[in-house]
This record gives sequence, structure tokens and C-alpha cells, in this order.
Amino acid sequence: MHDPKLLLLDPADNVLVAIQTLDAGVTVIVSGHSLQVPSRLTLGHKLAARAIRAGEKIFKYRVPIGSATRDIAVGEHVHLHNMKSNYLPTYTLETGQTFSTKHDHH
Amino acid sequence: MIITDQAYLRADGRKGIRNHIIVAYLVECAHHVAREIMYPYRERGVHLIGFGGCYPNDYAAQMMRTLCTHPNVGGVILLSLGCESFNRTTLREAVAASGRPVETLVIQQSGGTRKTIGQGRRLMEDMLAVVAGVPRVPLAMSEFIVGTVCGGSDATSGITANPGIGRAFDSLVAQNARCIFEETGELIGCEDIMTARAATPDLARILRDSVEKAARYYTVLGHGSFAPGNAEGGLTTMEEKSMGAYAKSGASRISGLLKPGDIPPRGGLYLLDVVPDGEVRFGFPNINDNAEIAELIACGSHVILFSTGRGSVVGSAISPVIKVCANPETYRRMNEDMDVDAGRILEGQASLDEVGREIFDLSLAVARGATTKSEELGHQEFVLTYKSFEPIGPACLPAT
Repeated sequence: MHDPKLLLLDPADNVLVAIQTLDAGVTVIVSGHSLQVPSRLTLGHKLAARAIRAGEKIFKYRVPIGSATRDIAVGEHVHLHNMKSNYLPTYTLETGQTFSTKHDHH
Repeated sequence: MIITDQAYLRADGRKGIRNHIIVAYLVECAHHVAREIMYPYRERGVHLIGFGGCYPNDYAAQMMRTLCTHPNVGGVILLSLGCESFNRTTLREAVAASGRPVETLVIQQSGGTRKTIGQGRRLMEDMLAVVAGVPRVPLAMSEFIVGTVCGGSDATSGITANPGIGRAFDSLVAQNARCIFEETGELIGCEDIMTARAATPDLARILRDSVEKAARYYTVLGHGSFAPGNAEGGLTTMEEKSMGAYAKSGASRISGLLKPGDIPPRGGLYLLDVVPDGEVRFGFPNINDNAEIAELIACGSHVILFSTGRGSVVGSAISPVIKVCANPETYRRMNEDMDVDAGRILEGQASLDEVGREIFDLSLAVARGATTKSEELGHQEFVLTYKSFEPIGPACLPAT
């Protein structure tokens, strides 16, 4: 069971979304464990619903939104310091010239 | 399942949930006269749409044709200045062929502003009487078309309103309604999970191509909203950001890809590709939310589900807009404009499933005639700009 202040968007997810601002030290229940929020979390930020190993995918909405870059403990803040994108945003590397090349296929 | 037995039957067999008369200007120069004709009737179901450009554009012509023959439209008055390039004859013939009453007023032939307004209002009185006599018939769930869009998004949109709409979409699709989601530019990063839901391998490739096209288009335009790394509101990656918007599509199988003006042929979930084909021209694909709403309506949407966090107030011409408010603080501040308080999820007052059910139920209630907040407030925004598309191929709508 999870704290009502934390939203599980899909049963397959391994993160919970804070649905209100949680101050550091506030006690929340994550997967039946009572634990203290280590640092202030604002609405929309994520906590690990269970222990996540380095390299494991982060699931939100039942889809991978990135991967853990190190081991993450249950209840820990999941953010850019411990996860990264799996997606290669190739378009940010493309130039107008690349576009022109690709356009020839259409 | 029959949603209502009070749908409006058009002569072409299509069925509407509203009985609007459209006044359509065919160039900005006819806009004022068109609005003056519409204005006294604005609370009697008369709506104003139009295309401002003087140069011809196939996309705009097709949009006007599909909008003027939308099932929620019972009759049309076309307003031409007289020298614009829009082909008023072709549009008139298309509307007439659909069996709807249609009149054309050419301001240069009618003797100017005042005379044309007078003529238009006389025509309107007659048309209102004709349209009021349209037969009322049952509308089945399999005939019901619903589109979704988000605008004025904030950090709450992706965790309340959008997944709530996704659940409503799942229920609608499960009952064989036709549901449309859009904005391929907001699906960048979702290609893998989205294409895995495609009905066929060919469709999967087409869906992927549509998102890649959007990424290229926005890159050329220097559009900045797709840069990764915006940690505000708790977002970490591009995938996560896009997923918030993607959540509106629910979890159903994707049955096809549409372009503006294509009608979904049968029950199922469809992606509307709103990004033009070919080289980048004419500027941003969709200059605002109403440009997207107009395209969803051109695809036959009877109702639009609009997710907003910051608090958009818009409605639309032709089809009612149901506004689903993601942020509970916005809802409290702007509740007169909001139909659904999805932010209750954040305050423990409702579950996602409950909000999804509320959106589903409200969609059907609006189809039965219940008015939305934006309808009550008189909103009937409309915008149409230049674009260019190639037609979809058969693989976009597999028969499976």
C-alpha cells in the first residue's frame, strides 16, 4: 500500500508521483514501509516505489521513461541525479542539412 | 449501444449531436459581414468559421468542405467578397451534394456591406426554419467520434487530466466508438511504445514516420518545447514529458493514421497527423490549440475532450468542447469554465478510474444534448491557416 499523497499511475510502475508538496522529514508510506522523505519534493516529482537497481528501467504510465544510473532505494527521490533518458533524441543532433536529405524520401 | 435517439440525421446519412448553421467567410475581407450576419443568432446555434487567406490552398479548401458538411452542421451560408481565390462554387456544390441547405452571398454583387448583411439575415430566418425540421434518429456508439487535445498544460496535466482522458478513451474504444488523438510533435520519444500498439506492422512504420516528420519539422522551425532536460515539475526525460501528453490516448490498439479531414472509418483509436507533408513552409503546423481542434472536428469529431492545467477557456465552432482541468487550484479559480475537476485526484478525492468514468459519462451526456461550459459561455473559437498534405495511403487504415 502507498501513501495517499503518492500516486501510482499504473500497477506496473516502479515510481510514485507526489501529488502535493512533501517537506523533508515528512513520513510517507511506500509499498507498506513507513519512511521519511529525505528532501523536499514538489508536486509532480517521483519516488521509488521499490528498490531499483542501476541500469533498470524506470516505469511511469507503464512505459520506460529512462533508466536508473545507480541503485535507488525504496522511497528515494527519482530524478536526473539517478536516472537518464533511454531515448536518443536524434532530431536535436540533426541540422537543416539532415532534414533536406531525409526530405528526399518523402 | 445507443447513446441517444435524438441525433440529427443529415441527408448524406451522417448523424450530428448539434444542429448548427454555419456562416463561413471565404476570405478575411468577408469576415465582418459574415460575423454581422451570425451575431443576432449566436445563441440560436449559428456559428462563424472561415479562411482568412486570399491565396488558394488545397488544405484550407478541404478543411472548409469537411467542416461545412460536418454532421453537427445543418446548413451553411457562404460569404465571399467576390475577388478572392477561394473556389466558392466548388464548396457550394459540395455542401449542396451533401443535401444541406446552402446559400452564397457575394458582397461585391450584393451591393456592399449593409445590403449583404440584410440579405444574409433574411436567408438565415428561412434556413433556421428548414434546419429545425431535421429528423431525429438514434446515434450508436459505433457512430460516435471523439477527439482529444491538450492546451495550457502544466505539471499536473500528465498525471490527472491526460490519463483520465486516456481511461475515458479506453472505455469508448471498448464500446466501438471512434477516438482520435493528435499532435505528433508531442509524441517524440513515445515512438516505440506507440508503434507497439499499431494494428499492423505497416501502420507501425507509418506512425513512426509521422513522429519523425514532426521532429524534423519542428527542428527546422527552431521550435523550443521539445528540448530535453526540463526538470521543472518533476520531469526528467523527453520520454517522460511526451508520455504526459501521450497518456490521453489510453491503452487501446491503434487502428489507423488520419490526416485533417479524414473520417475514421470504424470503431477504434486513431492518430491524427497534424504536421504538413513536404518541405517546411507556411510556418508553425498549429499556431494554437484551436487550429488543432478545428482539424479534429474536420475528422468528424462530435465532441472534443480538452485537457488543461493552467486554465484555457476556449471552446469551438461546430463541436462542443469538454474541458478537463488537471490542476485543482486552477479549477477553484476558473470553475465556471471547467467541466471536469480532474485535479481531485491530487487531493485524494477521486481515483483516475473515477475521473475517467466521469469524462466518459459526460461525453455521452453532451452527445445527448447537455451543454458544456464553453457552449454556455458562448465560446465558438475557430482558426484555419495554410498547410499542405499528401493524401493518406491504404496502409494508414488497415481493414483488420
